[in-house]
Amino acid sequence: MENAIELRHITKTFGKKVTANKDVSLEVRKGEILSLLGENGSGKTTLMNMIAGIYYPDEGEILVNGQPAEIRSPKDAFDLGIAMIHQHFKLVDVFTAVENIALGLEKGQKYDLKEIRKKAGEICRKYHFDLNLDQKIYEMSVSQKQTLEIVKALFRGADILILDEPTAVLTPQETEKLFDVLRNMRKDNKSVVLITHKLREVMEISNRVAILRKGEYVGTVETKDATESLLTEMMVGQKVELNIRRSTPENPLKRLEIRNLSVTSREGIKVLDNISFDVYSGEILGIAGISGNGQKELLEAVAGLQTVEEGGSIKYYPEGRGGAMQLLGMTPRKIRDAGIHLSFVPEDRLGMGLVGSMGMTDNMMLKSYDSGKSFLTDRKGPRELAEKVKEELGVVTPGINTPVSRLSGGNVQKVLVGREIAANPVVLMTAYAVRGLDINTSYTIYNLLNEQKERGVAVIYVGEDLDVLLDLCDRILVLCGGKENGVLDGRAATKEQVGLLMTNLKKGGGEA
Amino acid sequence: MENLIAWILRAIPFGTIIMFGAMGETMTEKSGNLNLGVPGIMYLGGFAGFASAYFYETATPDPVPALCILIALTACIAASMLGGLIFSFLTITLRANQNVTGLALTIFGKGVANFFGVMILDGATYSAVPSTYAAFSAKLPGVTQTFGVFGRLVLNYGFLVYAAVLLAVILHLFLKKTRTGLNLRAVGENPGTADAAGVRVIRYKYPATCIGAGISGIGGLYYVLDYSQGIWATTSQIEALGWLAVALVIFTTWKPLNAIWGAYLFGMLYWLYMFLPDVLGIHVASYMTDLIQMVPYVVTILVLIVASFRKKKENQPPASLGLSYFREER
Repeated sequence: MENAIELRHITKTFGKKVTANKDVSLEVRKGEILSLLGENGSGKTTLMNMIAGIYYPDEGEILVNGQPAEIRSPKDAFDLGIAMIHQHFKLVDVFTAVENIALGLEKGQKYDLKEIRKKAGEICRKYHFDLNLDQKIYEMSVSQKQTLEIVKALFRGADILILDEPTAVLTPQETEKLFDVLRNMRKDNKSVVLITHKLREVMEISNRVAILRKGEYVGTVETKDATESLLTEMMVGQKVELNIRRSTPENPLKRLEIRNLSVTSREGIKVLDNISFDVYSGEILGIAGISGNGQKELLEAVAGLQTVEEGGSIKYYPEGRGGAMQLLGMTPRKIRDAGIHLSFVPEDRLGMGLVGSMGMTDNMMLKSYDSGKSFLTDRKGPRELAEKVKEELGVVTPGINTPVSRLSGGNVQKVLVGREIAANPVVLMTAYAVRGLDINTSYTIYNLLNEQKERGVAVIYVGEDLDVLLDLCDRILVLCGGKENGVLDGRAATKEQVGLLMTNLKKGGGEA
Repeated sequence: MENLIAWILRAIPFGTIIMFGAMGETMTEKSGNLNLGVPGIMYLGGFAGFASAYFYETATPDPVPALCILIALTACIAASMLGGLIFSFLTITLRANQNVTGLALTIFGKGVANFFGVMILDGATYSAVPSTYAAFSAKLPGVTQTFGVFGRLVLNYGFLVYAAVLLAVILHLFLKKTRTGLNLRAVGENPGTADAAGVRVIRYKYPATCIGAGISGIGGLYYVLDYSQGIWATTSQIEALGWLAVALVIFTTWKPLNAIWGAYLFGMLYWLYMFLPDVLGIHVASYMTDLIQMVPYVVTILVLIVASFRKKKENQPPASLGLSYFREER
């Protein structure tokens, strides 16, 4: 088979310290799907960005169709038939689909949106894309945006398509559809590179797997010869236990009783619609759903950060002492003092949880700044806590006073979770706790949550990766369009079941 | 009726000044550059236009009107674009903070204009370019007699008033209907996307910012050579007008066509204090003048509030306005 792309001894550094890629050589063949596997920060995206013209390599050379190529800009990449679909879609929100396709097209040919719409429509028909080309991007769903990106690439006659973590935002059903498209492209003798860290996808779709670790090329294996544990070992560099040990909940007690909770956004959209469920101590309750289906509002409502509509109720049953407390109407601070901790990890990790420009000590202090009687703040306690978290969770940082924004995503997350756990919560709520973390750190976090569960803490885990949700949680609440669409047993449910509930509202939804 | 006509006759030339300022700034902001140096650029443009005309008029005994216009306009645009170029270099190439750079440019422009202005005055309280003023404010002969009120209201201005309206239409078509316009808007909305699509971001930001500055500068030129009757005296009014132009950009929600009626509306509101009492037949104390002149700003704030309530994406500023772009940033 011929090579579409050949990389020879590629090295790329950022600044003096960060080496993103070191002496990487690999090839992409024509008519194959190649998975580029590696943990976060292993340099997969950087490497592909050099083929797409976003970055320029410091050393080494790139061959396209056997010819040495200078790819100085994305435009050069297009001219060579290379298109990359980035994790954050490269679309202009206020433009229509057609305008986005027209963007940056060659001069010379007439600027005629009608002609472009016609040609794009033909591509849609050929690959069975369901897309309204006159729709504005901000009205599109994530999966529609991704489809548009693919149409854009095909429109420009791309023969080599690079996709960066394309399934991270898709439901299992949407993922299947995407894979069908990729298989069709393979049949057309196009090359597809799939950047991913999801092993199951790699096994399902690719012909070969190339593995990067810490910016270096580890090797390429034929998918048919690979196993998940072999790939993980190549990716991490050591054997990793891929099992989450899940104990049976012991002596579960009701901690939270949520009834008829509704939230209307400022735009007047019902983001939460009449949600009712219970949370028990000593168990992990998973919350599944496509992101943006009310998970954020739900957790914030419990934490007292979200105004809810009349008629709802969140009752809290404290440990030992009887007497339920109504949390609605309490200040976030009182709720926190009662033992309900929210460790929220939004896309921007440093938004709500930590202050990026402050060090670990100061971030720990955010929770204790007004304890003690002295006029001056107490720094000793927080400093000790920072040292403890650093040691126990293995936070990699030059020092506890280094601004946390300089740490990698995984380490930032460890600081945040470590702080919340140190406060001895009764209810611990986490949202997207492992987003963007490498396998080792992810498993550290899972183990921490399990430890908390075994200590009798009621854990709420909002997650994206269905495999993990099914392995980790005792019960799974599925949200769809702000409605509760069923509660499943984490041990018995299947991925398809959850996926179906995430996308299709049951009749009379909310009556589960 | 006479009062209303007089009011409009004041409002339209006034509106023309800020319409130029606002259209230039719209062009600049569409590329994602927030240039708060508009007042400074209007100073540069106004003064360069005046000074070049002044030297031309003092050098020849018999100035040719067409040459007066050509010289003043060329000098004005060149000086304003130079201001835009300074801004572009600092913010695009050196990636300096746009707000600070813009404010500095305003102070710089005002300083330069007043420094050389005082040199030209050379002790006098004002200096004038009567021939150039005549050329810039030349009107079609006989329109008021032939067309009555319509002629007085619509056809009775210097050529720059009509140039402004024409330019607004051209800008609208450019942004909406051309490939270059589409690419430019993409650069202002999302430079990363534009870049990935093969649009050279810098090649759009520089020209848009410089041409934008050139257009803004004509506002200053019109102020000095037509509105102020070709008289230069160290002035601080241009600065107020510059800020009004910046407000007008927001008021128009970044659409050049809105600048036409928006500018005239601002003109009406600005002169409210003088004419409204007469039209309504009431008396307003003279110390209220400054307060009433704030109305355009109040209206702008109202528009901002309404626009942010409706959350219509098309009415929001370009998404990456005020941010510098660097491809390899991570």
